[in-house]
Amino acid sequence: MFAALGDETRLAIVARLSTGGPRSIAGLTEGSTVTRQAITKHLHVLAGAGLVRGVRRGRERIWELEARRLDEARQYLAEISKHWDVALESLRKFVEN
Amino acid sequence: MSTDRIEKKITLRAPRERVWRALTDSKEFGHWFGVKFDGPFVPNTPLHGVIVTTAVDAEVAQHQKPHEGKPFDIVVARIEPERLFSFRWHPFAIEPGVDYSAEPMTLIEFVLDEVAEGTLLTVSESGFDNIPLARRAKAFQANEGGWTMVVTLIEKHLAHDAQVAGQA
Repeated sequence: MFAALGDETRLAIVARLSTGGPRSIAGLTEGSTVTRQAITKHLHVLAGAGLVRGVRRGRERIWELEARRLDEARQYLAEISKHWDVALESLRKFVEN
Repeated sequence: MSTDRIEKKITLRAPRERVWRALTDSKEFGHWFGVKFDGPFVPNTPLHGVIVTTAVDAEVAQHQKPHEGKPFDIVVARIEPERLFSFRWHPFAIEPGVDYSAEPMTLIEFVLDEVAEGTLLTVSESGFDNIPLARRAKAFQANEGGWTMVVTLIEKHLAHDAQVAGQA
């Protein structure tokens, strides 16, 4: 995941999606000196690392950050999971006594 | 890994009817879980309670202490004797002053199976994907791990960009 971010252009893409929200390749290429093809290639590297994902909308693909969503959801579940571990230990103490 | 469901399995060295009572007698449930309910569990019926401290573990009780007295509302779903008990609740509904009632609930299911050592209890909680992301993100404080680093990288990058723009 961090290797995918070890590139200035990719970092710029993630930064742009992070501050500006989901956008198309055209939207990402805008105002950039990097070609559309290069952006596409970088997006696929980022997608491979689970950081972004492309959702097809009509004829174009909209790219959005995935890492934040997943990471948050996972941390949340891990937190709930811990609470259950604690609760079930209490149940064990209660019924095994 | 699913973001919608948690499942836990625990083998309890106790007979099935004992575990069943600990789960479905609302007083007994409250005793180990740390909640005081207004009445018994009735299928398809909401039940109000308040958070108290568990009576079985001093350390856990310590953690529950700050939440003591906060409302704890559930809606009992199914009660199938000595086999399945389920209810719905708002997970992590502990932020003061927040009305959780309009938000989707998660479903908690307790399933009992008899095994040689005693009773195998499977607990699952599902429906997290319906909970607003903002609520999920708020529910945990510890924002360690990958994403923090990504954010730091982005911030650094943005700061660098602003600097370059300022120089131009």
